[in-house]
Amino acid sequence: MILTLSARELRSLFQSPLAWSLLGVITLIHAWLFLVQIESYLKIQASLVARSSELGVTDLIIAPLFDSSAMVMLLITPLLTMRLLSEEYRTGTIQLLLSSPISPRQIIIGKYLALLGILSVSLLITAMLPFSLLLGAEIDISRVLASLLGLFLLLASYGAVGLLLSSLTEQPAVAAVSSYGVLLFLWIINLSNQSSLFDWLSLASHYRHFLSGLVSTGDISYFLLIIAACLMMTLQQLEQRCGKG
Amino acid sequence: MAALINIHNLTHHYGDLCALDSVSFDLQPGEILGFLGPNGAGKSTTMQIICGTLAPTSGQVIINGSDLQTDPISAKSQLGYLPESPPLYSDMRVDEYLGFCARLRKVAPSKVAQAVETTKQRCGLTDVASRLIANLSKGYKQRVGIAQAIIHNPHVIILDEPTSGLDPNQIQEIRNLIKQLASDCGILISTHILSEVRAICDRVLILHQGRMVYTGHISAEDKNALIIKLDANRESDYLADIPGVAQVERVDQQHFRLRLSATTSAADIAAAIISQGEKLYELRPDHSNLEQIFSQLTTGEMGT
Repeated sequence: MILTLSARELRSLFQSPLAWSLLGVITLIHAWLFLVQIESYLKIQASLVARSSELGVTDLIIAPLFDSSAMVMLLITPLLTMRLLSEEYRTGTIQLLLSSPISPRQIIIGKYLALLGILSVSLLITAMLPFSLLLGAEIDISRVLASLLGLFLLLASYGAVGLLLSSLTEQPAVAAVSSYGVLLFLWIINLSNQSSLFDWLSLASHYRHFLSGLVSTGDISYFLLIIAACLMMTLQQLEQRCGKG
Repeated sequence: MAALINIHNLTHHYGDLCALDSVSFDLQPGEILGFLGPNGAGKSTTMQIICGTLAPTSGQVIINGSDLQTDPISAKSQLGYLPESPPLYSDMRVDEYLGFCARLRKVAPSKVAQAVETTKQRCGLTDVASRLIANLSKGYKQRVGIAQAIIHNPHVIILDEPTSGLDPNQIQEIRNLIKQLASDCGILISTHILSEVRAICDRVLILHQGRMVYTGHISAEDKNALIIKLDANRESDYLADIPGVAQVERVDQQHFRLRLSATTSAADIAAAIISQGEKLYELRPDHSNLEQIFSQLTTGEMGT
């Protein structure tokens, strides 16, 4: 039942040019950033060797790549999430789902799984870049895996926030803009170094731990908490529309 | 048999606006119930509530024994619903869409293909099966909408203005389809076309300003009334003496309304009039009963 919904969602994403163009853009931008990092690394490689520095490709190429990837995806994800529920409201197809023997919880999980599906595809594209370095260099694989886990959790959180905001409006554009607002705010909230609370709230501070290879329960739970909270609120929103489901 | 739909004291408020006020009724198996009412009377609201897409402020909906509030999944699995605007994914093909609807309504995976095929035939969609829904005409979209409502052979079919946007031939086809469907389930239809109610419904329910103001069978009496037009200058006293005429009412100089007993047909009356040497200019069934009830109940202020 849930998978039927996810499959439809994915098919409609991939039948429209939107998903393809976004994946294309993701690939292009990441590849460019990657090449730029490699180039600058090659420039300073000699001096690194001369100073017998401990910094290697993982620090100087892969970590910056993942860092910018978080920003690129922040721009892309809301475009993927904006239609999830708002389009259903707008065209009335939500009535089909709500009048079917399927609970609002299943509807939301189905949509979210589809979203995770397409986000995983983009994650794979991103992952291919650092692993391509294996051809000519040694990289810290466990650190790359930690970064990938971090990026996955980050994208899943982006998606959950986007889904929530999509459930609040009938206008996909409004959903997208408000997702940008919320995500960007969560990203930069630690800029004011006033309180450790702000630092804890920030997506960036948790994500960067993963990039340095640090996988901690605290950071993982932070992302899971965001995802769970957003999905619960989305469920609340949908149930309010149709009564207790 | 137990009622398929049992509605008890349904009330719904949109903010301060009271859209539905203590509406109660039920739907029996094999029955086509027509929902009449002027625009904004609460027809669509009632249907949305029955189908679980809108939460009522208070009241109870029981569908074939399952309470919509406490057991929504089993209640909804008995339902087929066509909302006011058909809920179509315009980026899907007709086949894909119907397959998706069938799976969504828990048709067994092995039977999906067959259900899609049967439904396409029933609704006349075989020719457009591989077309994108976005490219279909309004009439076809409406038919796809009806198809998704009946694909899982539900016990209760709820159609919100099923014939809107269709041409006269299609309307006839859809009406035939609806009558055919009613043999094994209960159907609730909303419309504001009175002739449609008369053509297909067994019972009618009139809503006005959120209240149920009338409910009654499309009576045999109504079906057995005739309007005739006679020569203006002739005596017409004999009309009441024709066997089978229960009541004669003079509408104007030339028109009379005859109420017939159940066994009398229009042909008997025509023959009787001709045999009196009278000229019969016009003879047609009288449908004014429902019109009268409708306009009386829904124009002007309600009493209480």
